[in-house]
Amino acid sequence: MSTITVTKENFNAEVQEAGTPALVEFWAPWCGYCRRLAPVLDVVAGTYEDRLLVGKVNVDEQEELENRFEVMTLPTLILFKGGSAGAPLVNPGSKAEIDRWLNEQGIQ
Amino acid sequence: MIEASYDTVIIGGGPGGYTAALYCARAGLKTLLLEKLSPGGQMATTSQVDNYPGFENGVDGFELGEKMKQGADRFGAESALSEVTAVDLASSPKRIVTPDGAYEAKTVILATGASPRTLGLPEEARLVSRGVAYCATCDGMLYKGKTVIVSGGGDTAVTDALFLSKICSRVYLVHRRDTLRASKSFLAALRSAPNLTFIADSRISGILYDKKVTGAKIENVKTGGLTELACDGIFVAIGRIPNSGLFRGQVDMDESGYIVADETTRTSVPGVFAVGDVRTKPLRQIVTAASDGAVASKFAEEYLMEDR
Repeated sequence: MSTITVTKENFNAEVQEAGTPALVEFWAPWCGYCRRLAPVLDVVAGTYEDRLLVGKVNVDEQEELENRFEVMTLPTLILFKGGSAGAPLVNPGSKAEIDRWLNEQGIQ
Repeated sequence: MIEASYDTVIIGGGPGGYTAALYCARAGLKTLLLEKLSPGGQMATTSQVDNYPGFENGVDGFELGEKMKQGADRFGAESALSEVTAVDLASSPKRIVTPDGAYEAKTVILATGASPRTLGLPEEARLVSRGVAYCATCDGMLYKGKTVIVSGGGDTAVTDALFLSKICSRVYLVHRRDTLRASKSFLAALRSAPNLTFIADSRISGILYDKKVTGAKIENVKTGGLTELACDGIFVAIGRIPNSGLFRGQVDMDESGYIVADETTRTSVPGVFAVGDVRTKPLRQIVTAASDGAVASKFAEEYLMEDR
């Protein structure tokens, strides 16, 4: 599956009420670590296929979502399952770290 | 299970690793590069690289990483997005283990780079998402109009402080000595920044927080006096540590953990080479990492010839 753009308008429909768990990345165009993570998230989206939705929140445009989830460092990843947010993963250093974090939350 | 065997496996996809991959592949060696995140390493987080020759207007570090990868790809170097979890450098062939399988290699080039050093405070790790940061150009914009402290006294700390002074309302630069180690051009700019204050002979001895960082305890290292400074963010720029933990006990390292190798990049283990920031060397730059990569391929090739 490809990644989707998440905004405050589509957050409820795409993430909160999604049938599958959703990995949401909070990022910004000027954030260097976010750029490094972008190709990895594409691979993650491909690996977990329809078992996981991968969405991206541009915090420059979505301040409301940024504040709501208290994002203070970019990139921050949050997994939403059944509408509730799990423990965030901040600036993962490898794809393996994302895999472990997902596996711990029951995504295989 | 062994996935495949290679003449050389390179661990790390920064400028040292990808230059080694380019040279090894061009020399006809069966080459695999293992990168855990994306090409470029530390330079990929820098949007403007002005000290890599050939780019008169500078170059974006992320793009330079991608281009280095593509250059190596063109000559048949293979890359895998995989984190190395264990190595056996003494065995023959050498063995490299990842969650996606294990690889065999006649030679191994260690190009794992370095990472920012932390303050070492117990509360630091849990505040990384809440006001503690290690990359001003990455996280600076989140502190627009706010007050931040930069810890450190070298070029990185001074450039970070200058960068942040253009975004934040107030910047404090805290350094444990009374002078900064940065180049003259930076120091002049530092003095003329109106919202930037240098706090000498001091270190951050504690972080104040509720849910997020609210301030720092500043200790004067000469008098022992403690003060508290309110702030929204703390940027740590106190140097780097080599990413060499995986190889501890297998290759010789200096007391800081840098892998001991001279200009030939040969380590204490035959057939194992160290390039870039992870190696003992006087200047850690993109251009010197790239240079190491080229040199390592020559000595890897030489080792393979003798081995046959």
